[in-house]
Order: sequence, then structure tokens, then C-alpha cells
Amino acid sequence: MTCDIALVAFAQTDHRRTSEDLSEVEMLMPVLHDVLAQTGLKTADVGFTCSGSSDYLAGRAFSFTLALDGVGAWPPISESHVEMDGAWALYEAWTKLLTGEADTALVYAYGKSSPGSVRDVLTRQLDPYYVAPLWPDSVALAALQAQALIDAGDTDEPALAAVASRSRTDATSNSHAQLRGSVPQGDYLVRPLRTGDCPPIGDGAAAVVLAAGERARELCARPAWIRGIDHRIEAHGLGVRDLTDSPSTRLAAEKAGAFERPVDTAELHAPFTSQEVVLRKALRLDDSVRVNPSGGALAANPIMAAGLIRMGEAAARIHRGDSDRALAHATSGPCLQQNLVAVLEGDPR
Amino acid sequence: MSKEPVAVVGIGQTKHVAARRDVSIAGLVREAAGRALGDAELTWADIDAVVIGKAPDFFEGVMMPELYLADALGAVGKPMLRVHTAGSVGGSTALVAANLVAARVHGTVLTVAFEKQSESNAMWGLSLPIPFQQPLLAGAGGFFAPHVRAYMRRTGAPDTVGSLVAYKDRRNALKNPYAHLHEHDITLEKVQASPMLWDPIRYSETCPSSDGACAMVLTDRSGAARAPRPPAWMLGGAMRSEPTLFAGKDAVSPQAGKDCAADVYRQAGIADPRRDIDAVEMYVPFSWYEPMWLENLGFAAEGEGWKLTESGVTELDGDLPVNMSGGVLSTNPIGASGMIRFAEAALQVRGQAGEHQVEGARRVLGHAYGGGSQFFSMWLVGSEPPD
Amino acid sequence: MPEVLKAPLAVEFPFTRSVGPVQSAFLTGLRERVVLGVKTVDGRVLVPPVEYDPVTAEEIHDLVEVAPTGTVTTWAWNDEPRRGQPLDTPFAWVLVRLDGADTALLHALDAPGPDAVHTGMRVRVRWAEACEGAITDIACFEPYDGEPAQPAGHSGQFTDAISGIVAPARLDYTYSPGRAQTAYIRALSERRTVGERCPSCRKVYVPPRGACPTCGVATSEQVEVGPRGTVTTYCIVNIKAKNLDIEVPYVYAHIALDGAGLALHGRIGGIPYDQVRMGLRVEPAWTEGARYPDHYRPTGEPDAEYDTYKELL
Repeated sequence: MTCDIALVAFAQTDHRRTSEDLSEVEMLMPVLHDVLAQTGLKTADVGFTCSGSSDYLAGRAFSFTLALDGVGAWPPISESHVEMDGAWALYEAWTKLLTGEADTALVYAYGKSSPGSVRDVLTRQLDPYYVAPLWPDSVALAALQAQALIDAGDTDEPALAAVASRSRTDATSNSHAQLRGSVPQGDYLVRPLRTGDCPPIGDGAAAVVLAAGERARELCARPAWIRGIDHRIEAHGLGVRDLTDSPSTRLAAEKAGAFERPVDTAELHAPFTSQEVVLRKALRLDDSVRVNPSGGALAANPIMAAGLIRMGEAAARIHRGDSDRALAHATSGPCLQQNLVAVLEGDPR
Repeated sequence: MSKEPVAVVGIGQTKHVAARRDVSIAGLVREAAGRALGDAELTWADIDAVVIGKAPDFFEGVMMPELYLADALGAVGKPMLRVHTAGSVGGSTALVAANLVAARVHGTVLTVAFEKQSESNAMWGLSLPIPFQQPLLAGAGGFFAPHVRAYMRRTGAPDTVGSLVAYKDRRNALKNPYAHLHEHDITLEKVQASPMLWDPIRYSETCPSSDGACAMVLTDRSGAARAPRPPAWMLGGAMRSEPTLFAGKDAVSPQAGKDCAADVYRQAGIADPRRDIDAVEMYVPFSWYEPMWLENLGFAAEGEGWKLTESGVTELDGDLPVNMSGGVLSTNPIGASGMIRFAEAALQVRGQAGEHQVEGARRVLGHAYGGGSQFFSMWLVGSEPPD
Repeated sequence: MPEVLKAPLAVEFPFTRSVGPVQSAFLTGLRERVVLGVKTVDGRVLVPPVEYDPVTAEEIHDLVEVAPTGTVTTWAWNDEPRRGQPLDTPFAWVLVRLDGADTALLHALDAPGPDAVHTGMRVRVRWAEACEGAITDIACFEPYDGEPAQPAGHSGQFTDAISGIVAPARLDYTYSPGRAQTAYIRALSERRTVGERCPSCRKVYVPPRGACPTCGVATSEQVEVGPRGTVTTYCIVNIKAKNLDIEVPYVYAHIALDGAGLALHGRIGGIPYDQVRMGLRVEPAWTEGARYPDHYRPTGEPDAEYDTYKELL
């Protein structure tokens, strides 16, 4: 059994406020074609396929079954789906490759936030007895976390604004990003968070190809080897957690080997500026680390795909030679309840 | 280095009923998980990761409910995955958990699947109105009944076969304390006299709607060596998918089902399933699917599946017992139904199936499917570890 | 390209949630204007009371009354309340650690403005006018500068405890079927059935869904099919489905329109239900203003041979 598994290709849509002119499969399919074309693989060559998406976002049960039309699952394919961000689909595919039952995997994720009101939709993730009946929206919960950070002296509003500004400035070199360049910090949406502290709402899709061992070297000039990957979840209730910290991120990073050697790049899935503060602390990232060169989730946040995009962006920098050792992070749930960390490396140059 | 062998050392189910009004969603899931841990004589601290599955979130109206269930499943500080592959999800969830052990990522994994259908209404969840689309004209049974007619036309099966399956499964359920339907006064005449809902499917040939959960503890070789009771060993497992609707689809005997079974048999070294496999827990939500799957899974030649059913081969004391537990026809918490098949297969090879035990069962197949007969997951478990 | 179709889609259901004993005690307590917590094995008091210890995963059920007064541990000012939220005027979201509790409860705080709110401020429960056993029995919190209230030591036992709640939930979406289905639906309004051909396998998809599901490529070449077709298989529906105004029994059939690569679904009329058969030749019957054919009726042609449609079954 080989333990060398790499991301060998990454593709994503241009992320837009709405893609209502396209169905989910119409939005997704060009990304699948792109990522397969990068490797020369056809659907029938791929050993395992795994995807992440959410029925609640789509407003329809079994929504993922129609997305499968874009894959061309004929003859039948070995395939699975998680009702999670695509980063966890990548994790499932990674375990599949570790078993040796497949040596390549296609992982994709998509989310269209435009059909519904995503702030309201996400309230349905919360404790259905005590919390969901109050409809506390995702911005409100992030704002509670931000205030806790300010109270603890971990950040202040100018520092949060600087995170927003840096992210959107970096996004100017990312043609897929939805929010780029100079974006006003704006009014309070839910104080202390201003509109500039919050992610854009939009539609998008992403896909990566994983390959094991020599197969990875055949498919990619400089594979992004997964040196470690792990994910952890915390208690659900906000009132039992220390919102200024992310022990699940720290533990996942430890298990993924992130602290063994410094990384040069980190792609963090921090939809809110304040969450970058929490993640930097948990991951012990100092100013020597290039954080979110893509602009991160503050520049484009297609829900269910944004975590997978962090994996893809980090890998793409290794592919291009812009990074030798990168950390990629994905999150799920209210106030960073669940976190995944991967450490990617390129071969020495 | 080959894969780590995977063993089932703990199994737990709730008593499946139409509505569990005494527990929360967490309470339902926890009950099955606690029983699985108890069976394995392990504690929450012994579990390295949790893999949970269920069908659409709209059934309970909780988006990604694993987030809320983390505390109840002892997952805090651990990895937790949530699988959703439509009706096959219970089986797929177990296979994702098994891969974590096979890949040596974790030593011991808890896997759980559930549905608490009484929180809403299954038909509501399954048929949310979609603008511009023609409403489904016939309900769930109406979706499958035309395929049953196509099977009858193709094979010349007599129209009594469906009621034989229902009569068998409902009698088997009487021997399973966890089954939902316990129809003590069931007779073949009653099945055959039940109303024809979606001709050719009768009321008694359809599955109920249940609240229920199922859980298993999966572990590696060293975990199995410490197990208090005989483990079930996974000899093969696979998933296959094909599109929902496509030109040339064989809805009676989908290619994905055939390919999935072939993959499992290859892994397990099964040359002749009819000879080498002792019993089957298959996903039969409408009775006619038993003969259809018997052919799809290679237990009978094409067109011959109904003959096995008609001649009693699939009875509990037959040569190839099918759905000893009473099957989906007696118990259907949708998201859990696939895992119940997998778990019941494991109970058989562990010799722990109680009154519905097949004497000497050594290799048993667990089978699940979902969507428009498009997603398949299966595993073969044995009483002896793989070679 | 013509504009895609759009329509509102409301996903709404009154979920019936059974709550289990611990949550039942808490919610029944709220009805009686008593706040209960649950004690963990190591003596922490969790409010709101959960069924399982988030640290140890132990099942916990040792109920203990706490005060309706407490301290804000963090807050966020919400200038624009959204549908379903506790107050419809600007308010603060707060986490409140009630006196006697070790964890915090999420709710709303009614305060005149953000300048009147700070972490560490003292608050008390404002009860709803009518309490029914739900988290909304706490209308909100309000600023409070008195002494901590003293809990009366309620046992958590109630004679008529609630066993469940009804949790209505409505989400509004704007649904668009995308490019391919929009074209299909527009053609239907002219009573034409237009599918799309796969450029790779040449099969015609009706309705088109934007991709050939076996080849995984976009379909775009439009092909009119039908109007006549063949019943490939069917069932006779004997139970009345909710929201459908169709007399039973009726026949629900798979119909392969001439030229289509697969069957679509429809009702058969114009013939007694027990005379419908596989191979029956049919054509659509339209009613004024309907988006889809009302049903399909026999054309009078001889039945199609089984071999001509068995690949479409």
C-alpha cells in the first residue's frame, strides 16, 4: 500500500453572485472537463469519484443525483457523496486511495447560494430545539465570535479591516474571485462585523484530481503531495465553547504534521475576517507565512465548495512552484465547529 | 502492504417503530450507538472516529445534523464524516467507515445511520414541489410499479410471486425483536387480499415508514482479537453508481448493481454466489424487488429469480434465505435501512441473530440501493477473516 | 440567449419534534417560568441543559434550577432583525451565563442601542406573555442591575411535562431550471416537445437536463420528438395522491415519444384503465393553459411490437 497521494489538478468556476442561467450540472460540468483535461484522464479512467454538496442550499432533496449527470457515470463508476464541504469528499477519496483500491480519484463540490437566503438557510444547521427556533443567522453568530475576540484583546476593528483589505487586494490576481480590489469596509451588518468583514454570497464549483505514487508523477509535473490530512469536530453549542480559540483546528493540524516544519503558504477557509484571527492563533502562523494569496473565502465563498477550493489553491501554488510546503484548511458549522487541515508539499527543486 | 482486515465487533439497533415520540433525534441515534458499543464492550473513549449517514436533511428539517449530533455520538475532538448517497446511504456509510480501518487511518470506528421520519412526512420530503416540473403523478410506489410490470413481462413471472415475498418477510419479522411491523396474524390470504395500490403492487407488498437507527463498531485485526464476541469479517465491499435516467438504462436489472456485486465477489473470491453465499439481506422496499435483485446479484439466471422465490429457496429455512430480519418490507427508517442490511448480515455470520439465525451461516451478503435504482452499496461478511 | 425561467419556491413544514426527557424538563420549566440546567458528573451546570456531556459524552439528566438572571459573555448588535428572530426591533444577540450555570445560553437582549450593551453586563429573562414550552417562552433578556435572583430549588419534575414541540420552518428560494430545461418548457407552451441530442452518443434526451448523463457532455442540438409515442410500461394507481385532482383508478405510464432516447412519464386517458397495455400507441391531449399535456390518449394505431421498445423499458 502506498502512502504517497497527491493533488495533481485543480479547476474552479468564476464565482458569481448568481448563476441562475445555469442549472447545477450546467455550472459544474465545465469544471469537470477542465480538471480531467489537465490530466488527460477520462471518467472511465478514474478509480473513484466523490462529491460534496447540500440539499438545503439547493432547496431540493437528492440534488446531488442530478449533478452526477455531468460526470458521465457510464459504464457505472465507483462513487460516493458527502453532505459536507468538498474538502471532506477529498478526505474520503484520500482514504480510498490509501486502501489501494484505486490510484486516481475525481473530487468535486458545488454550491449555489443564489436561489435562497443563505443567512437563513444556515440557521437550519443549529440545534433544532433550543437554537434554530430563534433563527440566529450566520453573520450574527460570527459577530458574537468577533466580539469575544475583541473583548479578549485578540483583535480590533482596524485589524479586521486590514484582513479584509489584504484578502481583496490579493484577489486581484485571482481571475475566479467574486470580490476583488478595493472593497469598502462598509456599515455594520451585525456589529462588530461590517459588510467588508463578511464573505460575498455566490455560486460556484470546484474539482480536483488525486493520484497515488507514480501515477501522480505521470499526471502532473510537480504533484502536491498530501503529507498529512486530518479533521476534528467540536461541541455544537456556542455557549460551551471558547469562541476565541479553535482546538479542533489545532488538533487536526497536529495530526496532519503541520507543526513539524514551517509552511510557506496557508489557504485558510475563514469566511469572516475574525475567523482568520482565530485560525492564525490555532495554527501558530506568523507573518512569514503567506496567508490566502488567492484572497480566500473573503473573495469568493461558494458554500460547500469553498473548503475544497482552499485545498486546490494551495496545491496549485505547489504545481506552479510558488510554494514548497503549504497548509490548506476547511471549516464547517457555526463559528468554526468542524475543521480540516491538510499539509501539501512539492518535490524538492 | 495489503489492506488491513476489517471486523464488525459491535452492532446496535433501536426497536423500529412508526414514531419514537419519547426521544430526541440525538436520543434515537445515541440508543443505537450505545448498544453497538455495549455489544463490543467498548467505551466512547475507545472510538477513534465517527461516520454517520442519513437520507435527505429535509426529512427531519435539520441541515447537516451531524453538527448537532457530535456531542451525542462522543465525536467531540474526533473526526466525523457525514455520507449521503440516497437510499443506499446506510450501506455506503458503513463502507466509508470500513475504509478508514482498511487504510489504517484509524483502528476503531463507530458508524451510525438513522432516519426519524415522524419529524416530518416522508412523502413531503421526497416530493418537494419544484416549479415548472410536472408533479409526480403516482406516489413512491407508482415510481417503482412500472418497473415491476416490466420485470413480469420480461420473465413471465406469475403475479403471485410478490405476495409470497411479503408473506415471508413479514413472518421473518416476527422473529426479529427490532423489526417495525409485527403482524402476528399474517396469512398469505391476507397479503393477497390487501388493496392493489399501484397495480401490480399491493398494500402489503410495500414498506412502512419508520423511526430508527442502526450502528456498528468496526475495528482492525488487533481490535477484533480483543472482542468479547465473535467478529464478522468484511470479505469484500463496493459502491457503484449510474445516472438517474438515461437512454438505454435497464431499470429492472441496472448495470451498476451487477458491477457492484461482481466487484464484491472478486474481492471475496466468490466464484458462484448461489453456491458460496449462505444468505442475503437485500434492500427490498417493494416485494417484487426480491426476484429482481436475485437476478441482478447473480443468484439466478436472468428471468429465473422468481423461481427461487416461488420454490421456497429464499425462506428462512430455505437453501438461500433472503431477508431473515424481515427486511425493508418490515422496517424502513430510510437512511438506516441500508446499514440494517449490512448489520443483519454481520449478525448472521457472528451467530448472534437470535430467532432469525440461519444455522451455520458463514458468508452473508448485505445489499442496499437508492435513487432511481442507480446507487448501489454492498458488502460480503464472513465468520472467518479474509485470507 | 433568451432569459431563463424563474419562479419562487417555498420549502415549508411544521416539524414535529419529540424532545426526550432532559429537553422536555427544560422546555416545560420555561412554560412554568423556571430555568433548569443539567449537572455533569464532575459538577458543572450546563444551561441550556443538553442530553449528553459535550466533554465526556456521558448521558446526563441530573436537573438543577438556576437563576433567571445572568451575565453577558459576548454580544452582537443586530440592526435589522430577520424573519423569525426573537424581536422585530433592533436588538443584541447575546450569550448569557445565568447565575448558577457554567455555560452560556444564546438569545436576544432588548436594549436601546449598542452603546447600552457590553460584555459582562447583567441581564435577566423577560418572559413571553403566553408560555407554551418552547425556547421562545423566553421573549428575550433585558438589562438588570439588581441582585442575582435566588433559584427555588425546583426538582425538574413536572406533572404534565411536554413531550414535543412543533417547529415551523419556511425557507424561500427562487428556482431556476437552467438553460436546457427552460428551452424545453418554452417549447411545451407551443405544444411541442423538444429534446436535445448528445453530440457524442447521438441519443435524444427528453426532457433535456443540460448534460448527456452517460457521456458527461453538454447537449445543445434541439430535436423535436413525438407527438406520438408508445407506452413502454405502466401501473394502475388506485390510491388518491394528496394534492392531485385525478379520479382513481387511472394509469400512470412510461411513454417513449417517437424519436426520444428514453421514456417520460404521463397519465393515460381516453381508454378504460384496464385496457391499457404495454405497446399501446398514444398522443398527448392538451387542456387550455396547462404547461404539460393533461394526459395521453390512444391514437388508434396498432400496438407497437415488444422488440421495438424493449430497449426503452
